[in-house]
Amino acid sequence: MKQRALGFYAVLVYAFLHVPLLVLAVFSFNSSKFTVWKGFSLDWYKAAFHDAGLVEAAVNSLIIATVASLLATIAGTLCAYGLWKRSAPILSNSLYLSLVTPEIVTGISLLALFQWMFRFLKIQLGMHTVILAHIAFTLAYVVIVVMARLRTFDPALEEAAMDLGATEWQAFRQVTLPSILPGVLAAGLLAFTVSIDDYVITSLVAGVDSETLPMVIFQMARRGVSPVVNAISTLIVIALGGLILLSERIQR
Amino acid sequence: MKRLRAIFLAPARTINFVLFLAPMAIVLAYSLLSRGVYGGVERPWTFESYTRLIDPLYGGILLRSFWISVLSTGVCLVLGFPMALFIARSGARRNLYLNLVMLPFWTSFLVRTYAWMFLLRDTGLINTVLQSLGIIHEPLPLLYNDGAVILGLVYGYLPFMILPLYTTLERLDKSLLEASADLGATPFVTLTRIIIPLSAPGIRAGSILVFITCLGAYLTPDLLGGSKTVMIGNVIQNQFTSARDWPFGAAASLALMALVMVMLLVVLRRDKEQML
Repeated sequence: MKQRALGFYAVLVYAFLHVPLLVLAVFSFNSSKFTVWKGFSLDWYKAAFHDAGLVEAAVNSLIIATVASLLATIAGTLCAYGLWKRSAPILSNSLYLSLVTPEIVTGISLLALFQWMFRFLKIQLGMHTVILAHIAFTLAYVVIVVMARLRTFDPALEEAAMDLGATEWQAFRQVTLPSILPGVLAAGLLAFTVSIDDYVITSLVAGVDSETLPMVIFQMARRGVSPVVNAISTLIVIALGGLILLSERIQR
Repeated sequence: MKRLRAIFLAPARTINFVLFLAPMAIVLAYSLLSRGVYGGVERPWTFESYTRLIDPLYGGILLRSFWISVLSTGVCLVLGFPMALFIARSGARRNLYLNLVMLPFWTSFLVRTYAWMFLLRDTGLINTVLQSLGIIHEPLPLLYNDGAVILGLVYGYLPFMILPLYTTLERLDKSLLEASADLGATPFVTLTRIIIPLSAPGIRAGSILVFITCLGAYLTPDLLGGSKTVMIGNVIQNQFTSARDWPFGAAASLALMALVMVMLLVVLRRDKEQML
């Protein structure tokens, strides 16, 4: 009985969580630009794909997220392995701290760093600064996910490999890494998702040539609701949702 | 053994030092300098930016951020607790139900905030439907107020509350509930005397997580609050962009960081294994 009442309540909360996105998706197929249903159309998707600024921003986002998540996954995996071997409290606390630092603070601190560096180096804000920023804030996510996977890995397997003559590097490369690979992939996908969605930090450290998709969407949303934004939003939700489900799959 | 580990830790150490600790040190230095004529910072060293934090204008915004965060956290707790209880009791379907909560959470935060703009604005779905049904004749001012910001924050961070609550409720020893019922306690008494006290670590972890995230919110107040509801995150952003008062922005950032760290330490001291 009580579980049934809770179940009814849960349906309401699930509706609260999912209906706004569903409604947004439905209206992205509306042929009218107003919030009244006038019939099915793909016009807003076509408009989105024909908008040069949007396409360029999407390409930028993909490049940034791919490069940043790749590098963060490599550094984060190695780091998780090192921490798993023996803890390093200063490093791990500092990583946790970076995870709970409000995005706006991370953003302005990186902006301050880059501006300070530019006094000595003749470079500007651009793709490279965005990529560096994204590596910085996705690193902790990777470390945590890979670490969770390593906790389920039996260290005796590595010892056995070394007893049989493997060097440390060989033991890591041929025994540990293959076994934690699903965790590493899941961490990479998570880093990619977090990176491609970021607005707050990115907007502070981006230059004129490095506008990302969230930056363009944000500006469009600020100007007012547009069915084109509904269409892009729908595509983003589907793409990111797919990636997250994939990462869940891999982790199992 | 030691060498390989040092090599493995080196990239992360470098990234963490250069792109997190050093920037924070620069922010600390900036917060103690004076505002430059053309933006940036200048000498002399001063505490002025910190004293300005408590002047009525900014003190008011700090206080407002605090209250909006407290309210959002409260709503999340009230909404999230029964939800976590439901998921924890769902047996084999637990993972599915939990994923249904987490899935929207991992899809774009920006898109989820935008979805509420789409629903709440004057010509948005809610107003259009209510008007066409003849319930209202003028659009309700749903967007650009504190309520919209709280709604957006709750929508955004509810999973942060549900996840830790679920973790503690799932570990709850069922025999305690049976014992309580056997001894004649009503379900309500069992809830208030057994379930809630035993899930206190989850309540603390979830509340802190939601609270500190709300306190640093920037996107939600900007998009859903408009110019009327300004929170501390917007003040910080503004100092580094249009207002060009970096020392003040830096001081506000560090004040926010200090708040976040104090809260985390309070919880961490009590429940070591709960966090992460």
